Amino acid sequence: MPIYVDNREYPAAPEKNLLEHCLSLGLNLPYFCWHPAMGSVGACRQCAVKQYRDERDTEGRIVMACMTPAAEGLRIGLDEPEARDFRARVIEWLMVNHPHDCPVCEEGGECHLQDMTVMTGHNYRRYRGLKRTHRNQYLGPFLNHEMNRCIACYRCVRFYQDYAGGDDLRAFASHHHVYFGRHEDGVLESEWSGNLAEVCPTGVFTDKPFSKHYVRKWDLQSAPSICVHCGHGCNVAAQERYGRLRRVVNRFNGDVNGYFICDRGRYGHGFVTAPTRVRAPLLRTGNRELEAVGVDEALHAASEMLAGRVIGIGSPRASLEANFALKRLVGDDAFYMGVGGPDAAALEAVHAIRTETATRAPTLIDVENADAMLVLGEDVASTAPRMALALRQATRNRQKAIASGLGIPAWLDQPVRTAGHGQLSPLYVATPVPTRLDAIAAGIFRGSADEIARLGFAIAARIDARAPGVDDLTRDVSELAARIADALASASRPLVVSGVSIRSVAVLEAAANVALALGAKLGRPADLALALPECNSMGLELLGARSLDDALEHAERQPIRAAIVLENDLARRMPRAALERFGERVEHLIVVDHTLHATARAADLVLPAAAFAEGDGTLVNNEGRAQRFFQAYVPDGEIRESWRWLAELARRRGIECGWASLDDVIADCAASSRRLAPIVDAAPGARFRIADRRIAREPARYSGRTAMHANVDIREPKPPEDPDTPLAFSMEGYYGPRVPPALIPFFRAPGWNSNQSVHKFLDETGRALRGGNPGVRLVEPGADARRAYFEARASLPPSGDALRVVPLADVFGSDELAALSPPVAERIPEPCVVLGPADADARGIVDGMTAEIELGETSLALPVRVVPGLAAGTLGVPIGLPGMPFIAAETAKVGGRGTAGDPR
Amino acid sequence: MSVVAMLFFIVVLLFALLAAAALLTWVERRLLAWWQDRYGPNRAGPFGILQAFADVIKILLKEDWIPPLADKPVFVIAPAIVAVTMLLGFAIVPLAPGLVIADLNVALLFFFAMTGLSVYSVTFAGWASNNNYSLLGSLRTAAQMISYEVFMLLSLVGVVILAGSFRLTDIVDAQRGMWFFVPQFVGLVVFFLAAIAETHRLPFDLPEAEHELVAGYHTEYSGMKFGLFFLGEYLGMMLSSAMIVTLFFGGWLGPPFLPPIVWFLLKTAFFVCLYLLLRAALPRPRYDQLMGYAWKFLLPVALLNIVVTGAIVVATRSPAEVGS
Amino acid sequence: MIDERSIAAAKRAQTSERTRSESWLWSQVAVLLSQIRSMAEVFLHGFRRRETIQYPEEKPYLAPRFRGRIVLTRDPDGNERCVACYLCAVACPVDCISLQKTEDETGRWYPEWFRINFSRCIYCGLCEEACPTYAIQLTPDFEMSEYDRRNMVYEKEHLLISGTGKYPGYSFYRVAGRAIGGKDKGEAENEAPPVDVRGLMP
Repeated sequence: MPIYVDNREYPAAPEKNLLEHCLSLGLNLPYFCWHPAMGSVGACRQCAVKQYRDERDTEGRIVMACMTPAAEGLRIGLDEPEARDFRARVIEWLMVNHPHDCPVCEEGGECHLQDMTVMTGHNYRRYRGLKRTHRNQYLGPFLNHEMNRCIACYRCVRFYQDYAGGDDLRAFASHHHVYFGRHEDGVLESEWSGNLAEVCPTGVFTDKPFSKHYVRKWDLQSAPSICVHCGHGCNVAAQERYGRLRRVVNRFNGDVNGYFICDRGRYGHGFVTAPTRVRAPLLRTGNRELEAVGVDEALHAASEMLAGRVIGIGSPRASLEANFALKRLVGDDAFYMGVGGPDAAALEAVHAIRTETATRAPTLIDVENADAMLVLGEDVASTAPRMALALRQATRNRQKAIASGLGIPAWLDQPVRTAGHGQLSPLYVATPVPTRLDAIAAGIFRGSADEIARLGFAIAARIDARAPGVDDLTRDVSELAARIADALASASRPLVVSGVSIRSVAVLEAAANVALALGAKLGRPADLALALPECNSMGLELLGARSLDDALEHAERQPIRAAIVLENDLARRMPRAALERFGERVEHLIVVDHTLHATARAADLVLPAAAFAEGDGTLVNNEGRAQRFFQAYVPDGEIRESWRWLAELARRRGIECGWASLDDVIADCAASSRRLAPIVDAAPGARFRIADRRIAREPARYSGRTAMHANVDIREPKPPEDPDTPLAFSMEGYYGPRVPPALIPFFRAPGWNSNQSVHKFLDETGRALRGGNPGVRLVEPGADARRAYFEARASLPPSGDALRVVPLADVFGSDELAALSPPVAERIPEPCVVLGPADADARGIVDGMTAEIELGETSLALPVRVVPGLAAGTLGVPIGLPGMPFIAAETAKVGGRGTAGDPR
Repeated sequence: MSVVAMLFFIVVLLFALLAAAALLTWVERRLLAWWQDRYGPNRAGPFGILQAFADVIKILLKEDWIPPLADKPVFVIAPAIVAVTMLLGFAIVPLAPGLVIADLNVALLFFFAMTGLSVYSVTFAGWASNNNYSLLGSLRTAAQMISYEVFMLLSLVGVVILAGSFRLTDIVDAQRGMWFFVPQFVGLVVFFLAAIAETHRLPFDLPEAEHELVAGYHTEYSGMKFGLFFLGEYLGMMLSSAMIVTLFFGGWLGPPFLPPIVWFLLKTAFFVCLYLLLRAALPRPRYDQLMGYAWKFLLPVALLNIVVTGAIVVATRSPAEVGS
Repeated sequence: MIDERSIAAAKRAQTSERTRSESWLWSQVAVLLSQIRSMAEVFLHGFRRRETIQYPEEKPYLAPRFRGRIVLTRDPDGNERCVACYLCAVACPVDCISLQKTEDETGRWYPEWFRINFSRCIYCGLCEEACPTYAIQLTPDFEMSEYDRRNMVYEKEHLLISGTGKYPGYSFYRVAGRAIGGKDKGEAENEAPPVDVRGLMP
C-alpha cells in the first residue's frame, strides 16, 4: 500500500499513523505528545503536515500526522512552507514560557525539546511578556522536579497514570497554569516513576541520583548491558565517566523491555560504587583480619588453599561464563548452584517445566498481546515488575478489540479508552497477599501456596479433563476455578504467569498444568511465563548444578580443603546454623565477588570481581533468552571478571583452560551442553568489525580527553584494549544505524540527541530493532516435551495454631544488590510481617504491634501489619530484605504477647 | 711549498672552509633579516654570532634516522659525495700568488668534473630515500644540473680563449690589464646564472621546492647527514663565488694597499652576499621556465659569445700569438 | 560557456602572442632588468626601520580581546560564575577542558573541580564563545611557559580570579536559571511570580 510524502512514493501499513510512518521511513518530523508505547492524543499540534486529496489538489489542508491513519494513496507534504510555518509557530508558543536555563538543566544535550526547536528552526524569542513560573515538589529519591520547564505535553501523566497505573501524579490547574505533580510534596509511589525522566521531552523530571554526579550525555562512555536486579533481563545501557558508573538507562529491546525499565533496575546500580565494594584482593592474615594484598600474593595464597579437595558454589547472579569457569575449575561433581532449600527445589521445577513440557515462554510482546491472564502465586509486580507492566497493558486488549470493531485504530489512545468503557481483558490474580495488580484483576484469590496450587490444578482439570484434578474443594474455590478456566479456555491468546518467589513446587506444577491444558485446547504450546528472582537463575539451571544442600552434605561426608564461592552471599541462601557448620567443615573459604557481604567477610580470601558494568558475560533471563552484557569501562584497582580469576586459579591447579578472551569461554561453554550451544549467537564476537572498525563506546563529541587524566599523568594514556568485545573504549570507531542490535551502546542520531532517537534504529514494525531484537532463546517448546501433566500433589495444609509462611517480596528490598544502592535503600520498607485480620484478632494483635515470630529454629521480633484480604492461616514474611535472616521455615508461630507499637 | 707546509695549508683551508660555511648560515639569516626589516638571530653571543655554533651542535646531536625502506648504503654515501666534491673543488682555487693546493694545468676542467660529480649526490639521495618527493626532487636536479652544466662550460670558453690557458693562475695573470668581466660580460652573466642553478640556490632551488616537494631530495634526511647536504650547498656557493672572482674579477689582483689574499676574500664575500640578496629578492621560476630559459636563451647567448670572442681574438691578434 | 567576450579575449591573446614573439629578446632583457630592480629595492630595505619588537626587554601591546591565558571569573556578588554546564569542554577542539558538576545546598550548580591542560590548549577561544555565563574568559597574558609540562595543568584554584573580567555587571542567575539561594522562583528577568496551582481564578 503506497503513500506519497513530498511526492515520493513510500510503502505503508494501515495499522500505523502517519507520524509513525514518517519516522520509520527516516523522515524528520517533530513531535512531543506522541509516544510509540502510549499512542496518539494530538495534544501538542507539533507534527502538522499538509494532506492532499489527490495529485490534482494544490490547496491541501493541515492535519496532525499522529492523528491521521495511513490510507491507500494518501498524499502528504512534510516540507510544505505552510506546514513548516505551522510547526515553527507551535514551537514558538511552547517556548514562550520555557526558561532559559539549559546550562543548569540535566536534560540539556539529550533534550527532545532542544532537538525539536532546532529542527523547526525557532531561534529567537519574540514574545516580550513574562514567563509563568511554578513551585517545584519533592518527589522522593529518584526524581528532580522543575516545573518551569514544562511544555504541557501530558506525557508524564499519560505514562504514570494511564500506562503504569500510578495514581499519585496528576495534572492540576488549567490554561497556562497547568501543573504536573503530586497533590503535595512526597515520594512518587509507583516503581515506574524513573521512566518519567525518559518520557518527559524536556527537563521537568530528571534523574536525581545522576544529577548528584551529573555529566552530559555526550561525555558518557556507554556499553550495552543487561539489568542484573531480577530474572526478567531488561536491556539497559550502563554509562560511565571518570571511572565511575554514572547511570543506567533503558535500552530498547521489543521482546524483553521495550521502552521502559523499573526503578529497581534504573537506580539499583549504586552497589557498583557503594562503600561495600571490593577493589583489591583481601587476604585473612595472621592477625585474623582481612587485609588488602597484591594480586600475586593473593593468587599464591589461593593456590596453597586449593591444594586438596575443592568444591565450587556458583551463583544465579553471576554470568554463565563465570559459573562455567568455576565448574571447569572444580569439576562437574564438585560444582553446586548457590541456591539451596525450597528455592533450589523451585528452580529445579522451573527447569523441568521449561525443558520437559510443551509450554512456551512468552516474550514481552506476547505478554502484552494476551487476552486472558492467570497469575498463579507470584507477586509479579514485586518480583518481575516489567512483566507486571506488560500484564497491565494486556488488560487493555479488550478495549482495543472493541475499538477495532468500531474502526478505531489501536494507537488512537483516548478514543480507544472511551470506546472500551473501562472494560478490561480478564486477569485473575491468585496470590497469598494483595498485589498491585489486584486493582485491574477480574478475580482475586487469596490463600496459602498449597491452596493456590489446588486452585491451579482445578483450573487445569476444568479446561482439559485429562489433567489431574483435586477433590474436596470448597464451593467458592471450584466456582472460581470454573470461572477462570472458562475465561482462559475461551481466549485466543491465554497466558499463565507464575514464579518461584512463593517457593512452592506445587504452584509451579499447577501453573504448568493450566498451560498444558490450554495448549491441548489450542493445539499449540500455550504461553507460560515464570518469574525468576535473579538475573541468571535460568542460565544456572541450564548449565546444570546440584543444590546447595548437596554441598553441605558433601562437606559433612568428607572434609573439604577449600570452597570457592562465586558472587554469592550464602547467608542469603541457607540458615545461619547450617552456614556455621559448613564453615567448620571447610578449611578455606575463597569468595570471588564485587561486594563485601557476610560470606565475604567470613572468607579467608576475597578476590575482587567485576560488577556488571565492568565486565562482559552472558545471562539467561526467565524467558530462556541468552543476552550478552558488555563492559562499559575499565575499573580502578585490581578488579577482574570472575572467569578471569577462576581461569587463573585453574591454571595454578594445573587445569589449562586456554582461554585468552571471552569468546573462548563462550565457545567452550556452548560446546559443553546442547541447550547452551546457541549462546555464541547472543551477540557478535570480539572479531566483529564494521568497515574494519570497532564500535565506539563514546559519542563523537566526547570531551576532555587531554585533561581528564592530566592531574595523574601529563601524557595521555592509550585507550584500554578490549580483547573480549568488538567495542572500543574510545570515541574512535563506528557508531550509526548499522551497529548490530546487541551492540548498540547508546541511542543517538543526527538531529536527535534524546532517547527519542530510538526510532532511527527500529525496523518497520516498530517492535524490533533493525536486525532483530537482541538475544537468543535457548528453550523452545516442543522437541523435548515428554511430560503430559504433572501429578496434582498439593494436600490441604494442616490446621492448628501454626501459620503457613508465605514469602513477601518487595520491589526495592528483595534484591541483594539493588538494596545496596543509596536511592533504592531509601525506598525499602522496614521489615514487617503481614497477618490477616481474623488471625490477628485471634492472637490479640493490632496493626503496628511488634510481635515475637517463631520461624523454625529462628525467632524474630518484627512489627505486624494487619492486611485485610489476606487468607486465614497465612503469615507473610519478608524475604531478602536487608537485615532479615534467611528463612526456610514453612510454618510460623506468632507469640501471643506482642509488645504494643504505634498502631497505624 | 714543502710537503709539510702544503699539508698545513690544506688542513687550515679545510677548517677555514668548514667554519666559513657554518658562519655563512648565520650571515645569511642576519642579512635576510636585514633586508626584511627584521633582526635575525641576535641572541647567542655578540650579534648572535654563536647561533652558528649552536646550530652545529644541535645538528650533530639530532637523531640520525635512516628510513626502514631506504637503500641504506646509497642513502649514507649520497650526502658525503656533495660535501667531498665541493671541498675538492677548492683545491684548484688560487687564493693568492702561490697560495693554491694544486695549480693544475687543467684546473678549469677539474672544477667541472667536481661539480659534475655532485649531481650523483642528489640523484642518489632521491633514489635511496624511497620517497616520491625525494625522487621527483632528484630527477629535477639531474635535469637542471645537466642542462646548466652545458653552457656553464660554454660560457667560460671565452675566458679560456682570452687567457689561452685552463690553469687558473694563468687566467688571473692574464687579467692584469683588464679584468675579464669587461670583455666577457655576457660570459659572466651566463656563468653566474648557471652557477646559481648548479648550486640549486634560490631562485633556482626547484629540487627542494618545499611548496611542492616538501624538501625535495633531502626530505628523508636528518641529523648530520642533512647537515652535509647543507654544508655542500654553502660550500658550493662559496666555490662558485670564488670561481667568478678568479675567472672574471681578477682573482687576488687589486690595488697594492691590501695584500692579495684579502682582495680575493673581499671579492668572494661580495658575491656570496649577492647570492643571499638573490634569495631575498627573487621568486622561484616555474620548472619549464627554468629549462626553457636555459636552452632557448642562455645556450644561444653562450654560443654567440664564443663566436664573437673568437672572431675578435682572431682579428686583433697575430696568428703566432693565437697559436701559442 | 562561450560568449562573445571570451572569444574576443582569445583573439586579443593571439595577436599579442605574435607581437611578443617578435620582441622576445627584449622581453627577456626586460625580465632581467626587473629582477635587478627588485634586488635593488630589497637591498634598500636594509636601511629601513625594523619591525621586530625585542620581546623580553620590550613588551608588546596586547588588545583587551587578546586570546591568552584562560581564567574563570566571578559574578558581581563574588560567586563563581561557572555553572558547570560542560559547554566549554565540548566546544574545545583539543579536548583540554574537563570538569565535574556539583551543586550547593540551595541548588546552585558549580564545578566540583575544573581542569585545563594548557599544554594542549590552542587558545582558540571557542570555550569563551560557548560559555553561557561569561564565566570562562581569555585574557591578554601569554607568559605561561614552563619547563615541566605538568605545571601547565591548571586546576580550578589556579583558574579562578576574584573579579568579573571583561563583563562587569553580568550574573547568569539574575537573568535566568533555577531558583537558588537569594533568588526565588519568579525573580529572574521576565519572570512572573509563581502560579498558585490551587487558585480558582481563570
